[in-house]
Amino acid sequence: MATKTVSEINERIRDGSVSVLTAEEMTAYLQEHSAEEAVREVDVVTTGTFGAMCSSGVFLNFGHSDPPIRMQRVHLNDVEAYTSLAAVDAYIGATAERTSVPGESHEPYGGGHVIEDLIAGKEIDLHAESSGTDCYPRRMLDTRITIDDLNQAVMVNPRNAYQRYDAATNSTKRVLYTYMGTLLPEFGNVTYSGAGVLSPLSNDPTFRTIGTGTRIFLGGAQGYVIGSGTQHDPDNRFGTMMTCGDLREMDAKYVRGAAFHKYGISMYVGVGVPIPILDEEIAAATGVSDSDLTTEIVDYGIPRRSHPMVREVTYEELRSGIVDIDGKEVRTSSLSSFNLARAIADELKRWIGAGEFFVSAPASGLPVRGRVKPMRETAGQLLVQDAMSGEVRTINMHAKIRHAAELIIEGYFNHLPVLSEDGTLIGIVTSWDISRAVARGDVGTVESVMSKNVVTSTPDEFVELAVRKMEKHKISALPVIDQGRRVIGMVTSGDLNKLLVRR
Amino acid sequence: MKMVIHISAMVQDPVIAKVILDTGVAINVDRANIDATSGEIVLEVPADSCARVAHAFEREGASVSVLEHPIIRDDAECVHCGACISVCPVQVFSFVDDWSVAMDESKCIQCGTCVTACPHAALRVMSE
Repeated sequence: MATKTVSEINERIRDGSVSVLTAEEMTAYLQEHSAEEAVREVDVVTTGTFGAMCSSGVFLNFGHSDPPIRMQRVHLNDVEAYTSLAAVDAYIGATAERTSVPGESHEPYGGGHVIEDLIAGKEIDLHAESSGTDCYPRRMLDTRITIDDLNQAVMVNPRNAYQRYDAATNSTKRVLYTYMGTLLPEFGNVTYSGAGVLSPLSNDPTFRTIGTGTRIFLGGAQGYVIGSGTQHDPDNRFGTMMTCGDLREMDAKYVRGAAFHKYGISMYVGVGVPIPILDEEIAAATGVSDSDLTTEIVDYGIPRRSHPMVREVTYEELRSGIVDIDGKEVRTSSLSSFNLARAIADELKRWIGAGEFFVSAPASGLPVRGRVKPMRETAGQLLVQDAMSGEVRTINMHAKIRHAAELIIEGYFNHLPVLSEDGTLIGIVTSWDISRAVARGDVGTVESVMSKNVVTSTPDEFVELAVRKMEKHKISALPVIDQGRRVIGMVTSGDLNKLLVRR
Repeated sequence: MKMVIHISAMVQDPVIAKVILDTGVAINVDRANIDATSGEIVLEVPADSCARVAHAFEREGASVSVLEHPIIRDDAECVHCGACISVCPVQVFSFVDDWSVAMDESKCIQCGTCVTACPHAALRVMSE
């Protein structure tokens, strides 16, 4: 069995004889050649990915002012950084949002944008506050800094380069604005993320060459893998890695602030991992193609921890632009950039070919076993059944409007569920609907004035979700129904308020 | 060709209908915002009838401008992710061979969905 070592490869990088292919080129190569030939002929395979990586940020050291300050609150261009560190250290997280001034509207701007602007060499407003101590007497500081004024600017990203990611769609009748982008109603589109054939962790899924100390491409500079990323979940092929690199060497082309409409701020980060082809097993793994890589399309219309799966899908289908959902052709959008993922794999290939980048053996590989745990919640979640009123008056769709008015007045309530002949929920009338009908002299049946699109709840729905439903639809009550669409209660915003206050 | 019509004071008049009857040109209304006192209408007009249609609207008292670029992309901001592709109802955006995003702006109806869908604030709908 053909093998070679990291130092043999680095010797070839040094003398200029190294042979490098991108992961895309390697996939094509392995269709014509065996893994054994690959080990002899190919030394390094370069990967790349460029997408939203929220779990990213930068440690900054500003140097000491005179008189000195122990920075307890720091804002960079009005974006707050974390300061529970030493006096002039801070960590700016990618998703921190600019503190908004009431009445002023701003372009979305946050931590990711501050980091991009730092790399681009722009001047940044630094505002710091402190309560003052004997050794750090200063209480307030305002200045302008650039990246060159900092002692250190070290990007440390707790979670980057997911091996793959769930694709998103939306079964509801409303547009959803999510961190997976704009999701059109009724399965109107699918969004996905990930570089497929170029994905770093998918090209070495057993992490033979990727782990603590692996030298990588990070944001246009040479960076390192620290270890597995947060939520590393190799059992489910959702591996992640934690990375670091010197921000001062990075290129703003590969680190971009981003904003997802009605969601918030993120940052696009470019990551590329070189895979040294040490043996046939490693070589064979880099032959992976988009058609081998599967993920799931999940329904973001169900706002729960686990979004229900709609179907399994390959990256080949996602990247074709159209996927089939129940016989309907649905268009796809990528949120990560394959164009830039390829640029990263190409750039890394150039660096290695030019003798500027040497591969490294990890001190220890990323864990190959393990999974993500859900949160332990001790308080228990309130359910609609805890808040609903079980005594609910209803009315038949054929009843006269006058009858509805009488019921509402007798019962001192505003919402009257309307039932069809078989006793199932078919509509709702409010005291407003009835007043309007009376004002118009309308003497018809309830059916003619009811709203047919009733927003409903179920007894086992989380109260939080019911509240959000009412806010979104701008309504103040939800009929609670069972599986047969029979009305078993009513929950109002007043009931929910009382319940939440009591806690 | 895209044309923006501004009307004021004559929001009650069937201006578009009059122009269509006048010129006999098949005009497609992409977007119309009309309130009590003024209106802005974006039309798709066949290129060879543009001058005639513009003239007819001006005769009705409307002001007319030709929209050369209904949608503008800031190429310094665009990362060619493709977030815009599936949300566009008229398929202005598509991936080309090198996986960059190409734009056929002539199809744009200025709905603005791509503007909010773009994570990099690279797209802007032009009003003039």
